[in-house]
Amino acid sequence: MKKRLLSVVLAVAMTAGLLIGCGSSSSAGSNGKLYVYNWGEYIDEDVIRQFEEETGIKVIYDMFETNEIMYAKLAQDTSAYDVVCPSDYMIQKLRENDMIQPLNFDNIPNVKNIGQQYFETSKSFDPENKYSIPYCWGTVGILYNKTMVDDVVDSWNILWDEKYSGQILMQDSVRDAYMVALIKNGYSQNTKNASEIEKATADLIAQKPLVQAYVIDQVRDKMIGEEAALGVIYSGEAIYTARENPDLEYVVPKEGTNVWIDSWVITKGSKNVENAEKWIDFMCRGDIALKNFEYITYSTPNTEAQKNIEDEDIKNSKVAFPDLSTMKVEAYQYLGEDGDKLYADEWMKVKSAN
Amino acid sequence: MKLFKDKKTSGLMSSPYIAWAVIFILVPLGMVLYYGLTDNAGSFTFQNVARIAEPGYMKALLRSIELSLISTLICFILAYPLGLILSSMKLQRDTFLVTLFILPMWMNFLLRTLTWMTLLEGKGVINTVLTFLHLPTINIINTPGAIILGMVYNFLPFMILPIYNALSRIDENVINAARDLGAGQLQTFLRIILPLSLPGIISGITMVFIPALTTFAISTMLGGSKILLIGNIIEQQFTQVYDWHLGSGLSIVLMIFILINMIIENLADKEGGTF
Repeated sequence: MKKRLLSVVLAVAMTAGLLIGCGSSSSAGSNGKLYVYNWGEYIDEDVIRQFEEETGIKVIYDMFETNEIMYAKLAQDTSAYDVVCPSDYMIQKLRENDMIQPLNFDNIPNVKNIGQQYFETSKSFDPENKYSIPYCWGTVGILYNKTMVDDVVDSWNILWDEKYSGQILMQDSVRDAYMVALIKNGYSQNTKNASEIEKATADLIAQKPLVQAYVIDQVRDKMIGEEAALGVIYSGEAIYTARENPDLEYVVPKEGTNVWIDSWVITKGSKNVENAEKWIDFMCRGDIALKNFEYITYSTPNTEAQKNIEDEDIKNSKVAFPDLSTMKVEAYQYLGEDGDKLYADEWMKVKSAN
Repeated sequence: MKLFKDKKTSGLMSSPYIAWAVIFILVPLGMVLYYGLTDNAGSFTFQNVARIAEPGYMKALLRSIELSLISTLICFILAYPLGLILSSMKLQRDTFLVTLFILPMWMNFLLRTLTWMTLLEGKGVINTVLTFLHLPTINIINTPGAIILGMVYNFLPFMILPIYNALSRIDENVINAARDLGAGQLQTFLRIILPLSLPGIISGITMVFIPALTTFAISTMLGGSKILLIGNIIEQQFTQVYDWHLGSGLSIVLMIFILINMIIENLADKEGGTF
């Protein structure tokens, strides 16, 4: 009960915007509203308007930059948002901490458009496929500028090549940064083995002087603007960046990489479950998924949309729609509270090193 | 003024401010103290505060202190002569100039910092111009130098204004009297102007040093997230790691620094009063 009271006090302070900034608080409620929490630049904004027009539901749309930020916000009050789009391991964490609810698939008929293999992959974090419906998926790889790199880019090791000192962009998120260092050493990206993680930490610290900056969304713009030669990036940005700057090429290193799925989930405390179901159903519609794909260029698991992509090159692109069976890929898993803490502490060592 | 003589009414009138102070200052402060001095189970501990001694955190704190001291010093060196110039000017022109210095503050500080990022980038505006003129390029983005630049740029007005205020309030007659009694330029400055402007200097230092010490936005944007300041670490505890206890514990350490600063300011103020 004491905790309960505290959370009320917290909510008050949060509305004050003193601790977290301006967040939409727990005022979700009255009919005809829907609070959506999605990644930044992860939707064609037209789609939101179209949804509002067709359903008469008012959408309040907020964005996050990392899964961890999203979690910190939901952990205070799961009713702050109705529908959220986290990644695999974070869905597992939300599920294990009882922060999301099972979906009623009867109300989401368009789910038939989502390819069955994506539900198979989802089983690693949602074993019974009860909580989540895939929205986008992809891999993590290296984006490089052909005019600035004259070596063959096929290994994570190139990110440790002193030749490219000051030309490398790393991901400023703990799991992605560690994935690179762990796989480079031949370890699993989901390892909880302290000595393996420490080895990765040592590698990341050794790499730090070569790194120009640790960024997330800015990798895209900095690579397009030729600020850097090499950057760790999500496959979804590959089509867009190549379109903006033809010298850029995306590669999945031979050692393997992470395959990720971002899926829609409905929060435990949602007060607009029906609207949230309508939203997910809308997102699963073939034409909407295609519209989103064309705008954000992140691979869609929507088979209906995949069929209707007009550009043959993109439709058959190995980058946008890779054959995962020929690649060494693994999805992130939630590592438990101890695992999270271990990684967070080690990451702090990397970030505070000189 | 009758209104305020009545105790009841004055109590009523001040209630919004009291409510404001309680909700927005006392409650958050109490929560920081509560979280900072408890662990996950809710029992009392000094662990969170003590973790500042860990090498990573200590280094971030020392670096924050170092960078904010340098920025404060640079701000002072830039602001004091400017304050002297402004206060010695004819009234109309100096208000115009002061407005010029405040003008950038009308734009959001994050946007201004973001602009610096674009200006300083390897292929940014400044370097493009330099390359065009066949001059060597500058590469300070993602270094401590860029962070200091960002701090100085953002916080300079907070140094200028109090110094300018203090200087322009000095009675001209005092200076004339000093001259009359045989003090030279330097002596007048050192024994009259400088001591009289001391309160302005001290509040200027406070207003630059404290925001510089606690900033995390400037170091993220201009430091490329490579240089962690104590503000970044606290921010990450709240937003990324979700460890409010540690975040609050480290905030308490920062609060101690701010308190020390305020105590010094108060002491100096009292001394200033005895002049």
